[in-house]
This record gives sequence, structure tokens and C-alpha cells, in this order.
Amino acid sequence: MKDYLSQNNTPIHEALKKHCEQRVVHFDVPGHKGGRGNKELKYFLGEQCLKADVNSMKPLDNLCHPISVIKDAQELAAEAFGAEEVFFIVNGTTAAVQAMVMSACKQGEKIILPRNVHRSAINALILCGAVPVYVNPGVNGELGIPLGMSVESLIDAIEKNPDAKAVMVNNPTYYGVCSDIKKIVDVAHAHGMMVLADEAHGTHFYFGENMPLSAMEAGADMAAVSMHKTGGSLTQSSFLLCNKGVDTGYVRQIINLTQTTSGSYLLLSSLDISRKNLYLNGKYIFERTVEFTRYAREEINAIGGYYAFGDELVNKDTVFAFDPTKLSVNTRNIGLAGIEVYDLLRDEYDIQIEFGDIGNILAIVSGGERELEIERLLSALSEIKRIHGREKAQTLNQEYIDPSIKLTPHEAFFAPKKRLPIEESAGYVSAEFVMCYPPGIPILAPGELVTKEITDYVRYAKEKGCQVTGTEDMDTEYLNVVK
Amino acid sequence: MELWFTEEHTKDVRFSIRVERQLVSVKSRYQEIAVFDTKEFGKVLALDGYVMLTEKDEFIYHEMITHVPMAVNPDVRNVLIIGAGDGGTVRELTRYKTIEHIDMVEIDEEVVNVCKEYLTKTSCELNDERLNIYYEDGLKYVRRKNNEYDLIIVDSTDPFGPGEGLFTKEFYGNCYQALNEKGILINQHESPYYEDDAASMVRAHKNIESVFEYSFVYQFHMPTYPSGHWLFGFASKKYDPVKDLQQDAWNKLGITTGYYNTELHKGAFALPNYVKELLNEQ
Repeated sequence: MKDYLSQNNTPIHEALKKHCEQRVVHFDVPGHKGGRGNKELKYFLGEQCLKADVNSMKPLDNLCHPISVIKDAQELAAEAFGAEEVFFIVNGTTAAVQAMVMSACKQGEKIILPRNVHRSAINALILCGAVPVYVNPGVNGELGIPLGMSVESLIDAIEKNPDAKAVMVNNPTYYGVCSDIKKIVDVAHAHGMMVLADEAHGTHFYFGENMPLSAMEAGADMAAVSMHKTGGSLTQSSFLLCNKGVDTGYVRQIINLTQTTSGSYLLLSSLDISRKNLYLNGKYIFERTVEFTRYAREEINAIGGYYAFGDELVNKDTVFAFDPTKLSVNTRNIGLAGIEVYDLLRDEYDIQIEFGDIGNILAIVSGGERELEIERLLSALSEIKRIHGREKAQTLNQEYIDPSIKLTPHEAFFAPKKRLPIEESAGYVSAEFVMCYPPGIPILAPGELVTKEITDYVRYAKEKGCQVTGTEDMDTEYLNVVK
Repeated sequence: MELWFTEEHTKDVRFSIRVERQLVSVKSRYQEIAVFDTKEFGKVLALDGYVMLTEKDEFIYHEMITHVPMAVNPDVRNVLIIGAGDGGTVRELTRYKTIEHIDMVEIDEEVVNVCKEYLTKTSCELNDERLNIYYEDGLKYVRRKNNEYDLIIVDSTDPFGPGEGLFTKEFYGNCYQALNEKGILINQHESPYYEDDAASMVRAHKNIESVFEYSFVYQFHMPTYPSGHWLFGFASKKYDPVKDLQQDAWNKLGITTGYYNTELHKGAFALPNYVKELLNEQ
């Protein structure tokens, strides 16, 4: 890294500012020319925003082949995250996850992953033809949430599949559950396997105090970090972190297979500025977040009926640690599905939370809240219980359904297929995804056997108002199965 | 030298008062608090640049926010006030010997300190022994209460800034829970006249109406508030504020007032057509 650079610098942002001040005449794309060519857009997004929306050019570097300011910014990010090298990603953390998987596995090679990986990981398998080996995450029956990957089940998977190339781990899951990532790294490395961490919800692990261990610190090889989720950057911007020993030239080539050649400078500068902010103020920001969450958890539990869970779930195995910034609330004892509470908050109280599934809701708390917002959420939850609460409903006990894999995702997705009403599809091999979204964990992935248990669950989730997606049929009435 | 205080009533309308001198200006954790001395209105309290009260017309506001519910249920014993740091609402309530207990929840202790020092006209009864003051968020306070109060008065600032939470549906719902079966909720209900104020007014009404069995709006004339035409809300679980008015009982109390009387009480609930239309539009 250039020795005049420090974490107070924001190389992309600084170059962009200088560029805007120079009043350069533009005969290049984008055609809105700083907003002059699209006034309505300029008034809506703001002039500064349109002026900063430029294409790559000599003083601003090029995302596909960084040699100056983007390279500098990536090096500062690497220092901030304790990584060997960082790639700026503007196609969402999805792109970062796919780049990790495709960098680690080729066609026909095995990758070990917990079933509750994000769909982006399984999509990467469709693209590259790798073979998934799923590890059953534990399930907390009372809460109905999938947990982390136990070291024991990983060892079991490794013994059965010693030829696997990589292990993927969520750090943490959407609900805030962490696995023993240090041990997972030790075990995987001992068997010559790479460790890929999906840290879409783990940005704060790198900056907050008393947080679960971050992937880089644990020695994982690569990690996909959603800066835009809790790191403060713009939606769709993300980091791919690489540790020592990773062939980063190859990783860059993989990224360039699918990433845009017109990297947005709005997104890039937001990553740059957010990295600086996290490095300088992250400790305070996440201290405040944890304090808000702790308070909210106590108050929600005092309302009664609701269960805002936290580190009491830690069992040093499937729940090795719990993310203290996560506000996950189980709603079953007030007789409402999480998704029903989610809808009531949105429709009746103008409060938008992150998601509701069958038994839980999740609110994302960040340093951006004021006390007022927290109090509004608490008051609304109290009202929802008072007005809509009912006897504990009969609910399905678990969301985890063990998959039976018949073909690789790649084979099944591209195989000759036919369309069946979903109720009649039991016994066939699915050629497509069925997701319950959020939280975006697959109920069925391409190549898996459809069972009655699965079709029942799909119907139930739909009745409860979850968004069931993934199938070609937009209403998920029909399923494509392998002929 | 001329010194003028100016408040923007809308983007295109301004209201100015000549200031003799500024008595105090404090920045609290929540807002900027200022008191001016003026020739026309006496002392003026402004929060974040908005006039909250003037010595000349505060009696209108404070009489209307208290005597209307007290004349519907003169038997009120237990009262909760949210906001009201200037003390004017407490001053009016302490005139009722039958009231046993008043809880006042004000988010900003600095407002009370400033008013105690500079606005003794309204803060004079803040040491009444029936009164307990809590310095916390009203939304948080009321959420924990159940079936406790005969009357809740929401004497709030506007629906932006620290008072924002006091215009939400969840807050009104929590108030419903905190009131007993005879409970009455009175709230600062903004103005129907200028567009932005009217939008807040309609929204507040819609939120209250969705929570309470009975929900009404009444008007009063407030010379230093935008347009001068201002509203309070009257919501309850069982009372109609006009049909259930205890005219004789209230008049027997012999409380002297400058604005309120029981004839005006009945008239205040008769609304201009354009206000009725706004309220029915939802």
C-alpha cells in the first residue's frame, strides 16, 4: 500500500470529488450527462448524485482491472478487514458468493455446505456444475429456525466425502446464529479444503467489540461481506475478502466472468466512504446497536408472549455464538405467524421490518436508529398482541426438511423437464428451486427429490402469506420436474 | 435596533413578532429552547423556532385542553399528561380539588427548567403535591400502563421532532390500554387550514378513530398558531362530549375562565364544512 495512504483516506471518493470539481466536458456515457439530459431523475435523486454517476476513466480507474484509485481503496479495505486482498463488488453479495464458490470448485467437484445457505450459493452450483454435499444444520424446534453447522456433522461429511474441495459456512445465519468457525477452518484445512464464509450479515464482526469471530480472523480463505446490510454502503455494494494463499488473480478472472464492466461509482464510492466510517467509528456504532438491541429484547420479552431470543441459545455446538445486534423475535405464543406480525407492522403501523417467516420476525437495528424508532416498534408490538393476539396456533414444528439429492443442481436445471401441479409432483426430481422468501433458504433445490412433506410445507407457507418463489410459474402452482 | 422573531407558517407565509429582548436560549438533547420578551404577546416560548406559547394567548389553549374533558366527567381523579413542560395544563388541572393524582411525562427536562425560571405564569403549579413529573419518552411510559387513568392529555409539540411518536397509531392504542372504562383522551390535533398541518390533522384523526369507540374534534381560536384556527381531539370509550356534558355540575364548581364556558363547549364541537370534509375524506 502506498505509504501516504491511511484509513482517513477514501481514494475513490477523493478522485471522484476532484473529477466533479474539474468540470470535465463529457462525450462519454452515461448519457444523462450529470442530470442535464434527464431532469426528472436529477430532481428526484439530487444533482450531486447524478454528477457522481460517471463511467470509469483514467483518473477513476477501472473495476475490472484496478491499478490506481480502486486498487488503493481495495488495499485500505484489506487493511481494515484484516484480509490479504479485497475485491469491490457492485453486483450484490450474490456476486461475491458466486465468485467464492466458482473460484473454489469446478464442474463435478464437491462442496460441503449447510442446507441453510443463501440461494446465491446454490445458483453458483447451477452455473459451475459443482456437487453439493449438504450438512443438516441443527434445528431449534421451539423457534423453528435452522441453526449453525456443528463441527461433528462437518467431520462426518468430510469423512464421507474426502475429495470435497471446499466447505461453506454462514457467519452468521440470517437469524444471527454462528458456527464454530475457528474449528471448522482447522478441520477443513487439515483435509486440504478451502473455507468460504457467507458473511452477508457479518460486516460488524470486523469492527464491533465482543462480537463473534470474523471469518478472516478465524483463518477462512474467502468471505463475502454485505457492506450494504449493516456496514452503511449503498444497496448492492459488497466486499469479497481473500486471505493468504488464495490465487487472487484467478478470483479476479472469475469475478469478471459475470460482474458488470460499468461498475457504478455511486456504489464504489459508498464502499470506500463506509469502510472509512467503520474503521474510525465502527466500535461506537455497533456498541450503540448492541445497546438498542439489548434494550428492545428486554422490553419485548416484558410484553409477554413474544420471545426475543439472544445468547441464551448458545450451546457451543450448533449455536456456537449469537450475533448480539440481531433482533429476532418468536411470535408463536401470541398465536400469530411471524409473517402476520410483519404484515400488521407494515400495514397498520407503517413499520417496515426485515422479514417475517412462519414463527419469527427479524428487525435490523443499526447505528442509524433514534430511541423514538425503537419505542415505536415496541409499542406497536404491544398493540398487535393486545388487538390481534390469540391462543397459540397449531403450527408446523420445523422448517428444516432434509433433502434427498438425485442429480447435481446443474444437471437437473438443464435436464429435459415437464411441468406438474405442485401437489402431484411428489416422487419426481425437481428441476428448479422453491424458496420461501424471506429468509431465502431453499425448500427444494434443483436435483432433489420432491416429497409429500415438502409439498405440504409449500402449501402451508403460501397460506400463511410467505412469498414462495423460485419456480418458473410465478404463482408456484406448478413445478418443473426432471422427465 | 429592531429585533424580530419570524416563524414560517408555511413555505410561503411568515408570522413575525417584534422582540424586546431574548431572555434565554438553550440547546437541550432534544431541541433548541428559547424565551423572548415581546411587547405584544409578553413572554414567548419557542421550541426549534416554533412558537409554543405566549403569555397573551396561552389561556385559550390551556383552558380548552383541560376544562372540556373535566366538564364531561367532573369525577376525574387520576390524570396522565404527556408533554406540557410549560406547566399551563397542570395549572388548570390543579384548580380541581377532586383530582387526586397527576402524572406528567415530559421528554425534555430542560423545557421544565427554562419554564420554571422564565415562564412563571404557566409553571406556577409545577410544585403541586399531587403532581409527579417523569422525564422520559411518553410512548415508552404509556406502553407499560394498564387501566389506570381517567384522563390522558397529550399536550405535544408537532408531529415532527421529539413529539413525532405522539401522533402514531401505536401510541393512541397504548393510551387506550392505559385508560379505564370511563377514560378520555385529549390530544393536540394540529390545524385544518394549511395543507401540511391539515395532513397531520387528518392522519392523527384516522389513527385515533381506529382505536377508540368515540372520537371527536373540537376547535378553538389560537392567535399565535399558524392560521389561528386550531383543533384538539376528544376520544373516549363511552362519552359523547356534547350529549354527556355535565353543564350544571361544572358550573357549580365556580371556576373562573377567560375563554371556556359550557355554551362554548357545545359550539366548539360544531365544525366548519371544510373541516368535516377533510375528516370524512379518509
